[in-house]
Amino acid sequence: MIELSDYLILGAILFAISVAGIFINRKNVIILLMCVELMLLAVNMNFVAFSHFLGDTVGQVFVFFILTVAAAEAAIGLAILVVLFRSKRSINVEDMDALRG
Amino acid sequence: MENIYLLIVLAPLVGAILAGFLGGSLGRKGAHWVTSTGVGISAVLSLYVLKRFMFDDQEVFNGAVYTWMVSDGLHMEVGFLVDQLTAVMISVVTFVSFCVHIYTIGYMADDEHNWPKTSLAGKNSYQRFFSYISLFTFSMLMLVMANNFMQLFFGWEAVGLVSYLLIGFWSVRPTAIFANLKAFLVNRVGDFGFILGIAAVAMYFNSLDYHEVFAMAPSLADTQIQIWGDSSWSLMSLIGILLFIGAMGKSAQVPLHVWLPDSMEGPTPISALIHAATMVTAGIFMVARMSPLYELSETALTFVLVIGATTAFFTGLIGIVQNDIKRVVAYSTLSQLGYMMVALGVSAYAAGIFHLMTHAFFKALLFLAAGSVIIGMHHDQDIRNMGGVKKYMPITYWTSLVGSLALIGFPGFSGFFSKDAIIEAVHHSNIAGAGYAYVLVVAGVFVTALYSFRMFFLVFHGEGPRDEHAKAHLHESPKVVTIPLILLAIPSVIIGYMTIDAMLFGDWFKGVLYVLPEHDTLAAVQGMVHSSNGMLAHTYASVPFYLAMGGLFVAWYIYMKNPEIADKIKTMAAPLHTLLDKKYWFDEAYQFVFAGGSRLLGKFLWLAGDRGVIDGLAVNGSAFSVGWLAGIIRHLQSGYLYHYAIAMILGLTLMLGWFVFA
Repeated sequence: MIELSDYLILGAILFAISVAGIFINRKNVIILLMCVELMLLAVNMNFVAFSHFLGDTVGQVFVFFILTVAAAEAAIGLAILVVLFRSKRSINVEDMDALRG
Repeated sequence: MENIYLLIVLAPLVGAILAGFLGGSLGRKGAHWVTSTGVGISAVLSLYVLKRFMFDDQEVFNGAVYTWMVSDGLHMEVGFLVDQLTAVMISVVTFVSFCVHIYTIGYMADDEHNWPKTSLAGKNSYQRFFSYISLFTFSMLMLVMANNFMQLFFGWEAVGLVSYLLIGFWSVRPTAIFANLKAFLVNRVGDFGFILGIAAVAMYFNSLDYHEVFAMAPSLADTQIQIWGDSSWSLMSLIGILLFIGAMGKSAQVPLHVWLPDSMEGPTPISALIHAATMVTAGIFMVARMSPLYELSETALTFVLVIGATTAFFTGLIGIVQNDIKRVVAYSTLSQLGYMMVALGVSAYAAGIFHLMTHAFFKALLFLAAGSVIIGMHHDQDIRNMGGVKKYMPITYWTSLVGSLALIGFPGFSGFFSKDAIIEAVHHSNIAGAGYAYVLVVAGVFVTALYSFRMFFLVFHGEGPRDEHAKAHLHESPKVVTIPLILLAIPSVIIGYMTIDAMLFGDWFKGVLYVLPEHDTLAAVQGMVHSSNGMLAHTYASVPFYLAMGGLFVAWYIYMKNPEIADKIKTMAAPLHTLLDKKYWFDEAYQFVFAGGSRLLGKFLWLAGDRGVIDGLAVNGSAFSVGWLAGIIRHLQSGYLYHYAIAMILGLTLMLGWFVFA
């Protein structure tokens, strides 16, 4: 029988991977976007798991909202990325330090 | 009568307002007509009031015409006190002022030449000048007709303000600006003492009305007050001395006399007005008016006496070495004001006012005559360049002679009676300092004769003007100039003889000027001589007469008979000459100590206070510290996304940890 904790551990692992991806990755902005998606999925996993074990469907409804937002966000993120690439001719994270003080 | 009094005061004000604000549309003629008419109305009505007091037993008027405000029982009013003293003052002020108005029409006729073509201030300057002198008359009338300290102070300050405007009338001349600023600042020093005196009166009497204060004064005569620490001061002495400091500023007594000679930078008519009728007589009038207060403090009287005597003699000495015709007359004014103060100091208030009156006529005459000579000499004021003017300007010559004789106290002339009365009063006084004052005022007679006739001989006698061009154009001044001279010459001769019996030996000032019996020096004088004729008969036994004649003779001998002597004396007594030429270094000392000190203090405040604390610390300091802090914090902003992300994660972790474990 798969316990609630198993799901939560899976969610935590996914989240940790995505966080690590954001820190460690220094090359590609697309990977950053993917990590963000992954982070959202980790959260979704927690929602679904709790929903199932607590017998409350509201959590699953929430997941739909999050998926929708994630999709929209991905579309916008990729669009921004295209524009960025056009102006900077690069998608290297190291190059993007325009906010440096 | 109240309407007449109001009209006397307001007529010059209306003239001043019309000429001042509508000068452009009134034109030159309109302006001098409207102001002269205003002052003329005042003069006629003043003489009428004087006549009522002389022959018709006019009641003393004392009442408020307007209440400005009442604050905690302290009434601030515009009110008039018209008694014999006021009647004399307003008559003198308006009469002299009227003569000056007429004279100004001639003197300022071509005032445009005194201004640069492009100067905006030069536009309508003629009308502006008339507006100012009318306003001056109004201010002085408010001062002398006041029945309370508030209005006295108003007049006091208004006179100061208008004198500032008039001395600096030719505002394009740096010297005039310097002189009017100097006059204003020196008067501020005096006025500071004056307002402190009024404040002391208001504080201890809780009233500003003359009669209430005078009625209460005897009951407060022995009051001692603590100002700081445990030192105890007599209230009356304090009030007397503080008010007198104001009088020292206005009446130009040592050491606040420095503004008066510089006020010669203004046009000559206002010199006459300032020196004769308005402004400088304010201090004398004020002390006489406050006689019920001064009588209660011998300390204050001695203070007045010593300052007056010092001024009378030492400023007269300076007059001997001056070469500017107006400055000689100016120093003679200082000296004569000193005589008046001496009279007040020995409680001979009536003699002080009497000398004020006679002096007003002959000093105005001397100034206007000097102005007439200046017109003739095309605004050259150096007496060394003049000479022989007698032949070209007979009216000016004869009127000047009358004025000079009156000034030195030649028997029969008005100055003789007033000055001799003062000297006799000092002689009979036994107040502290009277001995010192007696020596100085008697010696002053010789000095007066010397400087007056030195100027007179140098200007009118001897060889003609050095400059041939000036000589060719020298001629008698127009009628508007000479008529006021004649108008003033008449009282300069007769006013003393006519009025001394009433003013000094009679009871004209009875109930107006208050003198304690033990101070009554005039009564002692009266014990010796009883009348004007008695005084004339007494002449040949009096020291001042021989001193005056001696001064006249010395002046004649040195400057007419044997001119080389002057230079010889000059080289022989070089240190003395330098001392007098530099006017005892008063100007330099004030310039160095007060002006320099103020500048130094200003510079310190500018560098340390303004630039250091406000600019450096407060304004630029806060901006700098923000910049400095930002410079450190900016290093946190790497611009890399993962740094921000890790900061967010760490922050999240910390907050979570706090929520979970705390």
